[in-house]
Amino acid sequence: MNIGRLIIREILFRKLSFALGVLSVLAAVGCLVGSLTSLRQHDRRTEQIIAAKQAETREKMELLADDYRRITLKLGFNVLILPKDQKLSDLYAEDYASKYMPEEFATRLAKSRVATINHVLPSLQQKVKWPETGRTILLMGVRGEVYLQSARQKPLLQPVQAGTIVLGAELHQSLKLKTGDKTRLMGREFTVAKLNDERGTKDDITVWINLAEAQAMLGKEGLINGILALDCTCADARLPLIRAEIEKILPDTQVIEFASQAIARAEARRRASAEAEAAIEREKQGRARLRSERESFAAVLVPLVVIGCAVWIGFLALANVRERRGEIGVLRALGVRARQILWLFLGRAVAMGVAGACLGYAAGQAAIAGMEFDAPLLLAVLAGAPLLAAMASWVPALLAAQQDPADILRQE
Amino acid sequence: METILELRDVQKHFRRPDGVVRAVESVSLRIGAGEFVAVQGPSGSGKTTLLMAAGVLMQPDSGTVVVTGEEPYKLSADGRAAFRATRIGFVFQQFHLVHYLNVLDNVLTAALASQSADAKDRARELIGRFGLASRESHVPSELSTGERQRVALARALLNRPRLLLADEPTGNLDEENGRLVLDCLGGFAKEGGAVLLVTHDPKAAQVSHRALHMENGRLTGG
Repeated sequence: MNIGRLIIREILFRKLSFALGVLSVLAAVGCLVGSLTSLRQHDRRTEQIIAAKQAETREKMELLADDYRRITLKLGFNVLILPKDQKLSDLYAEDYASKYMPEEFATRLAKSRVATINHVLPSLQQKVKWPETGRTILLMGVRGEVYLQSARQKPLLQPVQAGTIVLGAELHQSLKLKTGDKTRLMGREFTVAKLNDERGTKDDITVWINLAEAQAMLGKEGLINGILALDCTCADARLPLIRAEIEKILPDTQVIEFASQAIARAEARRRASAEAEAAIEREKQGRARLRSERESFAAVLVPLVVIGCAVWIGFLALANVRERRGEIGVLRALGVRARQILWLFLGRAVAMGVAGACLGYAAGQAAIAGMEFDAPLLLAVLAGAPLLAAMASWVPALLAAQQDPADILRQE
Repeated sequence: METILELRDVQKHFRRPDGVVRAVESVSLRIGAGEFVAVQGPSGSGKTTLLMAAGVLMQPDSGTVVVTGEEPYKLSADGRAAFRATRIGFVFQQFHLVHYLNVLDNVLTAALASQSADAKDRARELIGRFGLASRESHVPSELSTGERQRVALARALLNRPRLLLADEPTGNLDEENGRLVLDCLGGFAKEGGAVLLVTHDPKAAQVSHRALHMENGRLTGG
């Protein structure tokens, strides 16, 4: 016979009392394991969500980058090359450059094969009176694209053929002109080749004609006052590079960034990218807030449940001690030491803790994660729960050990 | 004759709200090996207190208790517990068996303190001697009162004590079982042990070698 055997026999005899104790430990351990597992699962889920969002954002950004590239190619006159002595204040006030440069500049630029430029479009632009209609218009002489590589290169802009005219929306609508109509401009007859749609810009009062005809009509033979240069990706950090390259080839010019739609799109893309990053950050913050709330809840719930369970185990141990008063008395009379009596009750508490820890761990895991095995956590509760149960039973066990056997035997 | 128990001028008083109870008043007693001494007296006369003092369970206020030549109250608490385990056997009126242990294990509870190597064999021998062999695996609730007292006797004798203290051991028993228990106590004395029995039962007193009377904490007669 030993204390361990006595403990086991007593547990088997008072099953209900022991089961209530185990249930109590189970609740405490289950609550702790459930809370910790829930927080870990939350962390894993957060990682998954953030990773998915980052992947989704990357994919969207790649699509946007591709869109941007295509949009830039189709729409973007990104750089405007002007004569060096052109005052920008005059340009913005008058809507056209008042200084001129040789048309040959465009050819020189095209032949120089500037790596960052894909398209070169020389033009002559001037605000003039359309004497036949009494309207003030922007007259734009264009010759189409100066090819950088070969004539087979697909042009961005079709040239305006000699003797033809392209009209802005406001002009053709107010003058009631249609494609194929004949009209006179500054004494010359032109055939309407194309009617542009409304753009909501000065283009709506612009008239496009062949560059050579414009030069002749304005008395600026061989001269232009602007070269539009398109670079696919010049809207971002490459603009200074393009500017440097052009100024090296055409030292008597200046280069300004042209407020094109491509730039706006690029800006939108940057904003979309920033917004996506912000959305990920918001998601992270939301998940962190949720974790913090769960953590706070667990920080209140777990200690409360643990304390409640400890108190309950203490009461159960006290009831056990009272119930076994006669047994304690006779064991002490038989020579069992006080320390052995202490272990008799602490051993019972430890057994309760071990059983409750195993069941509580299983219950906590099953409730949250579906039996995911976490060895360190299991070891922690296997060490902690018996310790907690022993601590909760300490005072009743001490009372039992300190009982006077003579008092008990006389009273019993 | 070897002295097993000697009480010298032992006194034990209890303080209560209504005054001091003089449970044991200047009691001196000597019991030798092979002697069976019975103490009779009315309830509250101090018999059980005397038994507790002799059994190293309750330290007297004054006086000396000597068991087998040693003064156990000079020992530490653990020392007194070990002393009880090896030198003294107890038999109580209420048996005080452990409810959830069978007969064999109840007898073996006496080995919790002594840890003797032959405890199980000795327990089986005693169980056989008291006619309980067929009841070895039974728990107390499945036994008759006589059988329960015999289990208590076997437990008291497991560690081969020199002194057996019995508090009304026949109080709850019929005549036949009472006789059996008294015969057992007598047999223990014959084997060289010392028995101190406190009882109301005149028949129990008759089988003893010496009958003493106790009243108001004082021992007389013998």
